[in-house]
Amino acid sequence: MIAFILRRLAFGAATVGGVLTFLFMLFFLYATPEDMARRALGDKAPPQAISTWIANHGYDRPLAWNPDAPADTLLVEHFRRSLSFDFGRSDADGMPIYQRIREGVGPSLALTLPLFVLGLLFSVALGLVVATFRDSYIDRAGLVLCVLTMSLSILLYIIGGQWLLGTVLRWFPVSGFDTDPAMLLRFVALPVLVGVFVSFGEQTRFYRTLFVEETSRDYVRTARAKGCGDGRVMWRHVLPNALIPIVTHVVVAIPLLFTGSILLESFFGIPGLGSMTVEAIHGNDFATLRAMVFLGSLLFIAAQIATDVLYTLLDPRIRLG
Amino acid sequence: MSTAVLEVSELTVRFPVGAARLPVVDGVALRLERGKTLALVGESGCGKSMTALALMRLVPKPGRIEAGSIQLEGEEIRELPVAAMRKIRGGRIAMIFQEPMTSLNPVRRVGVQVVEAIRLHEKISRPDARRRAIELFERVGIADAPTRFETYPHQLSGGLRQRVMIAMAIATHPAVLLADEPTTALDVTIQAQILELLRELQRSEGTAILLITHDLGVVAESADRVAVMYAGRVVEEASCRELLRAPRHPYSRALLAAMPAAARPGARLAEIPGTVPPPAQWEQGCRFAPRCEFAVENCRQTVPPLLAFGAGRGVACPIVAAGPCP
Repeated sequence: MIAFILRRLAFGAATVGGVLTFLFMLFFLYATPEDMARRALGDKAPPQAISTWIANHGYDRPLAWNPDAPADTLLVEHFRRSLSFDFGRSDADGMPIYQRIREGVGPSLALTLPLFVLGLLFSVALGLVVATFRDSYIDRAGLVLCVLTMSLSILLYIIGGQWLLGTVLRWFPVSGFDTDPAMLLRFVALPVLVGVFVSFGEQTRFYRTLFVEETSRDYVRTARAKGCGDGRVMWRHVLPNALIPIVTHVVVAIPLLFTGSILLESFFGIPGLGSMTVEAIHGNDFATLRAMVFLGSLLFIAAQIATDVLYTLLDPRIRLG
Repeated sequence: MSTAVLEVSELTVRFPVGAARLPVVDGVALRLERGKTLALVGESGCGKSMTALALMRLVPKPGRIEAGSIQLEGEEIRELPVAAMRKIRGGRIAMIFQEPMTSLNPVRRVGVQVVEAIRLHEKISRPDARRRAIELFERVGIADAPTRFETYPHQLSGGLRQRVMIAMAIATHPAVLLADEPTTALDVTIQAQILELLRELQRSEGTAILLITHDLGVVAESADRVAVMYAGRVVEEASCRELLRAPRHPYSRALLAAMPAAARPGARLAEIPGTVPPPAQWEQGCRFAPRCEFAVENCRQTVPPLLAFGAGRGVACPIVAAGPCP
């Protein structure tokens, strides 16, 4: 088990190295420091301004090869600073990136965490219900509902929700954010509602498929032959077995919680990491983008390792070695 | 004649295929007596497993029991409400299956699964149920029961798993045990042990056993009576000894003739010409007629009923029943 975790961690480290190399190629070789400067300052910027911009942002070192001081290159600097989480300052306004990420994580999680938990509980519960009553009118009604919600665009839900629940019914504020807990709840409620509504159709269909497949197994027949009712069969026999694919499906989504929801945050004016990423793209803030991509990959890799370890806890047949 | 614990008549299970509703179990009659074993014999797909599931009212959707009567200790259970049926399943009728590998829940400890079977039918505390389950493990010959109690199905051998299934099935002292190919997936030596265990339990508990198998060796060893099924119907019913000594129905004869033990050493094994027709191609008359050497025109027109043939014996073949064997 420990050997497995260590090996997985080693693979993870190699993947992180790959991600950093790729980022380097993308941000320094494909888009050179001069390109970045031109994008930031405009095409008509004088050469003098461009070289000043490059120097100010610390992009004036040799790319990867410096015979005089081998460590003093952009490549080494990129690896060293990323791995020590020293992301430097924003290319756009000079703010320390670390501080901005710290400020953005809170609002992002305030939105994505309830969205994730409620969405998961809701769609697993609904999946269990339609799987229990499969091929009945309940199942068909569920199918219609799921396909209907899946077929409409998220923009419709956002705009429609803001109009109906915000403007007409005045249940929730249309957009904005506040750190005061009571206000936070009011601001976050509408985007969470929209988020759950957008994702539950697809999720419910996925869970239904899992549960129905599991229901056809021999041990389910045994459980029924023992005298288990529908509810007990689903809850005590099918669900524990279906947890394995559910966990894989779910854990992979966890890192994305930290990076926020780009669409929902921008539309509802939530100052999280999603809006920050959008702003960075618009503002040619390459340093912030690099930091976000790197953090996202890191969280994703961590989630993959966590999934594999969780397998062993859920399924006694899996012994990793 | 002793009293029937389970008496089944005219049992019909249909599955919709396209517009048709095919009778995969068609008018089956069975009679199980206390402390006796009735073997239900037939080839794969003849409807024997479906018959057992129908007795538990566990026919998988979209199949349905469409006719017939199932009387458990004198009580009609075919139309019983679901809640009452749940009490019967695993309580008065228990079932064990062919694949002990997949028939146990893979992510729960085997002991817990037996405890569940007990607690579904009796108001008993968890520790007491646990003690009972460990006793049951010992009863079915699982050595080192307290340790095995804590294991997962994949950590046990096939034989041990089937013993766990049996422990689960007998936990509530059922009147009827449906054993669907209980030894098919096991080694020959383990097979003999499991059959011996079932016999021993039957002797001490008086359980009526419906033994579903395609293995005539198993039949010879354990059954008191035998019902032979072909394409959804019982074609012959007789005492085990009589059936094995002198099968009457052309299909029973062909089946027995195909047994390796019946052949002379070195001789080619007898086989039945043709194959079992799928339900969609079943004849309106006798379903064995297309493969039967004695079939006459009338065989293809009318369904032969199970005709009395001597004492306590029935054959669904008017030709055989009418006169001396052709």
